[in-house]
Amino acid sequence: MSNEPRQQIYDSTAPSTDTREARMGEGLDNRFNSKLREAFGASPFILTKFDQFMNWVRGNSMFMLQFGIACCSIEMIHTYAIKHDLDRFGAGVPRASPRQADVMIVPGTIVSKFGPRMKRVYDQMPEPKFVVGMGSCTISGGPFQEGYNVVKGAEEIIPVDIHVPGCPPRPEALVYGVAKLQERIKNGESSPVVVKPYELEQFGDLPKDELVQKLADDIDEEDLVMRYNWADSP
Amino acid sequence: MSTEIEPRPQDVDVTEDELEALIGDRAIGRDDHLNAPGFVINPDDVQDVLFDLRDEAGFDHLSCLTAQQYQDRYESIYHLKKYVDPTQEVSIVVPTTLDQPVSQSAEPVFRTADWHEREAFDLVGIDYEGHPDPRRILLPETWQGHPLSNDYDQTKPQLVTLSEHENPIQPDHVDSESDTMFLNVGPHHPATHGVLHIKAVLDGETVLDVDPDVGYLHRCEEQMCQQGTYRHQIMPYPDRWDYVSSGLLNEWAYARTAEDLADIEVPEYAQVIRTMGAELCRIASHMLALGTFALDVYGDFTAVFQYAFRDREVVQDILEDLTGQRLMFNYFRLGGVAWDLPEPREEFIAQTRDFLDELPAKVDEYNDLITSNEIFQIRCVDTGILEPEVAKEYGCTGPVARGSGVDIDLRRDDPYGYYENLEWDVVTEDGCDNYSRVLVRMQEVEESAKIIEQCLDLLEEWPEDEREVQANVPRTLKPDADTEVYRAVEGAKGELGIYIRSDGTDKPGRFKIRSPCFHNLSALEQMVQGEYIPDLIASLGSLDIVLGEVDR
Repeated sequence: MSNEPRQQIYDSTAPSTDTREARMGEGLDNRFNSKLREAFGASPFILTKFDQFMNWVRGNSMFMLQFGIACCSIEMIHTYAIKHDLDRFGAGVPRASPRQADVMIVPGTIVSKFGPRMKRVYDQMPEPKFVVGMGSCTISGGPFQEGYNVVKGAEEIIPVDIHVPGCPPRPEALVYGVAKLQERIKNGESSPVVVKPYELEQFGDLPKDELVQKLADDIDEEDLVMRYNWADSP
Repeated sequence: MSTEIEPRPQDVDVTEDELEALIGDRAIGRDDHLNAPGFVINPDDVQDVLFDLRDEAGFDHLSCLTAQQYQDRYESIYHLKKYVDPTQEVSIVVPTTLDQPVSQSAEPVFRTADWHEREAFDLVGIDYEGHPDPRRILLPETWQGHPLSNDYDQTKPQLVTLSEHENPIQPDHVDSESDTMFLNVGPHHPATHGVLHIKAVLDGETVLDVDPDVGYLHRCEEQMCQQGTYRHQIMPYPDRWDYVSSGLLNEWAYARTAEDLADIEVPEYAQVIRTMGAELCRIASHMLALGTFALDVYGDFTAVFQYAFRDREVVQDILEDLTGQRLMFNYFRLGGVAWDLPEPREEFIAQTRDFLDELPAKVDEYNDLITSNEIFQIRCVDTGILEPEVAKEYGCTGPVARGSGVDIDLRRDDPYGYYENLEWDVVTEDGCDNYSRVLVRMQEVEESAKIIEQCLDLLEEWPEDEREVQANVPRTLKPDADTEVYRAVEGAKGELGIYIRSDGTDKPGRFKIRSPCFHNLSALEQMVQGEYIPDLIASLGSLDIVLGEVDR
């Protein structure tokens, strides 16, 4: 076998010079108009704060929780799958375990039975964690808002960073929502964690009202429960 | 068919007089429905009458159980059918008093009544005497009240428990004598296709018992439909029962029932469009079933799964052109469809034909990748056996029943739409295993393609001045009070039935959904007993359940 083609490349320095010239040329080159390039300029050094660097890294490598609830999860799968391919944006590795995930997309209606489970899954995710609420149901309960069993939005239970409206949102809309979330993460923003109406509580800690009295025989003092106050919901 | 079916006089038509004679004195009245004669019986005679109807008249399919509360009584309605001829129907109406709503359980006659009656107890509050497992099914155990009963107060606070999922290897959870282990799967688990919770008891790697715990997506669909007006407000909800893009199939279930109730005639042209749209939905739905099944069985997130989604995207594009939405179509209207094919018409037809032309090559590809794959066959052949008799007992329908050799397809047996006039076959397989169910779905894709092809031919040649997409339907529909009807269509997963009772207003008095997935899922316990735990996952995948439809 001949080494000639390879040799030719070694002989000539043209390719690397071209690249260098393109990079170092006068002014800024449009092809490299990234934030990184702006920071680098013509010099190979970059000065930044460690926090900013971490946010930048975080935003560009987000692990999603593989979490399907309802109709929206079908569109979410389409967003991950061929054609829309969320992975292009550095946000498409679904993790089956909440312990490995950074972002939780809540794709669907949350009902009373599932609320405590979702809260638990959210609690199991390591900090920092982010939530994208997908679809109208996670905003207000959507078309099922008047249901006796439907939680009126994901924000009754967990803090949500980005709401993507739609019933269901198109994959493009979810991609946009995730891109917006990445933008926020890169800027170091996150929605404030406020006290939510529905929390997991130990049964023994609840005020002794009629309902608690009624269930006292069935439920252990230490069992975790979620108390839904339907009348106060929007 | 290889399986012997017990000799029952099933294929003999039973006339109303014969039914009257059979039930005899036990009938304390008549309550005919639009679809079937109805006999009112005492709560103590339920088993007696149902045994007679099953064994002597051949009504072997408890299609649906509707429970409802009137001002002065509770009522359970058993909708019976025959697997050989689903047009043979009879309703057994069992009234109970308000202060003592106790009725005899039908579970010894029809195994499928187990889940039916649990749901009726959960939502309406009728007790079934002799029921083997009288628990709530859709709502949490700690729920107070029965939401579809008349005096339910929706604003009352509720408590829901979160019991810790036991660690299966923790010493105090292992029963040392029987040496069994308890295992939770779900409700948040990639293999459960949504939010299903399976409580499994294992002996080593063998499954001894499973108890599917459903209700994590109970979105009060029946309540929503009872609050909507017939004309426009109900139609968006069927899309969200079986949300795996079977929207049009589900919409058809409501359209068919409401059209029968209000006596609306649908123009033939609209029926052709409906048939075509519904079959496109069936293809999309079966593609997803195939892709996720491959994912479940051999973790194939790369090839088959992505191929299936590639083809689904094409179908969804076509459906989007037709209906304007990718998933929640809301395209059917009572008396027809919302609009005609999109313009330019030729382009839409050509695009759809392109898809159909490419489909055979794609199906070959799937066969290469999946069904002729040795690993796949080892995983699926002879696992998750569902005998035809068991399938009938549990009320299985659709591809699950057809994979067990039960030859039932409402498109042929109880014709609606334009199916009667088209050339196509019902696919059945006798294997009764996971493999057969996959084969049935794959062949049904090809049959659906045949139907779409013929519909396109018809649509292309339809004279331009006869393209009537909607019948004349009054702006406000108010069917006569106390008209009752139960109608079913062949959804992607099986018999999707709806019962509507009108109360004279423009909203239904009672709206009950008979979901095929609910009953297919109830057969899981029979399919996996004695199988290995990976086969439990495969069996669950081959049932192709959608939790939105299981829980409604």
